[in-house]
Amino acid sequence: MAEIFGIPAAALYGQLLLGFINGAFYATLSLGLAVIFGLLNIINFTHGAQYMMGAFVGWMLLTYLGIGYWPALILAPIIVGVVGMVIERLLISRLYKLDHLYGLLLTFGLALIIEGLFRNGYGVSGMSYAIPAELSGGVNLGFMFLPLYRGWVVLASLVVCLGTWFMIEKTRLGAYLRAATENPTLVQAFGINVPLLVTLTYGFGVALAGFAGVLAAPIYAVNPMMGSNLIIVVFAVVVIGGMGSILGAVVTGFALGLIEGLTKVFYPEAAATVIFIIMAIVLLVKPAGLFGREA
Amino acid sequence: MSDEAESVGAGATLDVEPVGAEAILSDRAARGKSLHMAIFAGLAVLLLIAPFLMYPFFLMKLLCFALFASAFNLLLGYGGLLSFGHAAYFGMASYVSAHAAKVWGLSPELAILAGMVTAAGLGLLFGALAIRRQGIYFAMVTLAFAQMIYFFALQAPFTGGEDGIQGVPRGHLFGIIDLSNAMTFYYVVAVVFLLGILLIYRIIHSPFGQVLKAIRDNEPRAISLGYRADHYKLAVFVLSATLSGLAGGMKAIVVQLASLTDVYWAMSGEVVLMTLLGGMGTIFGPMVGAAIIITMQNYLASLGAWVTVAQGVVFVVAVLMFREGIVGVVSKWLKKPL
Repeated sequence: MAEIFGIPAAALYGQLLLGFINGAFYATLSLGLAVIFGLLNIINFTHGAQYMMGAFVGWMLLTYLGIGYWPALILAPIIVGVVGMVIERLLISRLYKLDHLYGLLLTFGLALIIEGLFRNGYGVSGMSYAIPAELSGGVNLGFMFLPLYRGWVVLASLVVCLGTWFMIEKTRLGAYLRAATENPTLVQAFGINVPLLVTLTYGFGVALAGFAGVLAAPIYAVNPMMGSNLIIVVFAVVVIGGMGSILGAVVTGFALGLIEGLTKVFYPEAAATVIFIIMAIVLLVKPAGLFGREA
Repeated sequence: MSDEAESVGAGATLDVEPVGAEAILSDRAARGKSLHMAIFAGLAVLLLIAPFLMYPFFLMKLLCFALFASAFNLLLGYGGLLSFGHAAYFGMASYVSAHAAKVWGLSPELAILAGMVTAAGLGLLFGALAIRRQGIYFAMVTLAFAQMIYFFALQAPFTGGEDGIQGVPRGHLFGIIDLSNAMTFYYVVAVVFLLGILLIYRIIHSPFGQVLKAIRDNEPRAISLGYRADHYKLAVFVLSATLSGLAGGMKAIVVQLASLTDVYWAMSGEVVLMTLLGGMGTIFGPMVGAAIIITMQNYLASLGAWVTVAQGVVFVVAVLMFREGIVGVVSKWLKKPL
């Protein structure tokens, strides 16, 4: 069997794929955080809980209503997004004039409520969600075996991330959004409904988290705590990348997932902490983050 | 927060005292001080009689968290820095103290000291990195480092993983005072708590504390006056981490257990909640907040995850309509800083 640096090539590729999948989730989630932060100036701590909700809504659709994976991939993000918009209108919108830290505290409280409720309803053991029939099995690529579903996760999140980038950078709606990020008062004066734009943006960012949740459901066990630990790593990803650019968030997410995967091969003990160590180094060298604009 | 600094003359907002008007300042400080001393005396009396009214074990636990919240408030309320990772200092000190008491056989005061030194070292390391960013990023950085400590605690052999360090001996204070007696131990904890709070009070009212408040209210102005804002921020970060370590180490000896709960992010959130609920930037607020949250946890313990929901609700309500906290509201009422 072929070896690279004394590691069997198959194991190396396997971990790289795993890293790529983690990277896909980091990218999608940090993209959502960046979009929300750009316009609302708050860090959405509820993001992890909303990712978990996405997975649960997908599971509920299947279990209670018999709605399969493909419709759920569209429906669950919409449901999570709508719930998010209601939360934004009722609660978060009251805090825009205050210090942004209150937004962080409020969304933290909301995350506790959501996770607590799901824990009451479903315990902590977790539910399994079957891989859709079309994507079960895998293909042999010659140098490694690729489970189809995992390939799909990477592809789907890449498409969604690039689609989001295209929408924000190249369309009229995206131009409104970027303008409102720069100067909301002026944009409002031009006759654009900024509060509505804010609500839709929050809903969209949250829907991205829900989408990631549905993608994750067949890979990880669907359980109420699946979001909270992930979101803290995503925070580190955001600090490393800086929230200045959409593409920056995507690239950083995938790159850190890969680095984590590589660490798992060469020095497994550090796999859980490597992203935090990179964060420390970035803080020393370039405190604003790799793609950040301001200090 | 910087807007407030422009209207300091109004003096209506909590803790924002007129800059330059030294006569008014000292007069007000003197009035505030006699009130504070009266409250401290009342607190001492309360601590003295409390074990006859409630379980000493519950009170000791409560005092540890009250000290933890007060130490956290030193950073948030007076330094204006929201750390979302204080569980790292509390929890790591708890582990080190438990290990020192159980495996190394150190007496409790040395074990707690070892915990404090650990917390101070971590605070120096993480603080120096975290103060390079501000606001929301500061919160995320501290949270991320705390999560790193959590993963470390999960994997390191000496922490006992999921089991934690159980059956930590209470031992003899200074080798003579037997702490297995609940009443004796309670009074030791009460004295440490009171000394800790008095130290925090002293820090807040020292020239150092005044500069700190100036930096909190308007950092560019403080820097232009020649203060090295970063040095002050780092100093208060380390002080806060060290005192959190004192609380954590003491908790390990009291509960005779150090576990992953102490280093988990939920613990970081809890201490934020205690401080917010009681009133950040007030001296007595965090201990009130801690008392409420710990009591709530105690009574709701049988309800499982509803405790989390209840805490979340308290968080949301406090942020939306109660940002000054309980003591903050009372303080506004009395028109005196508490």
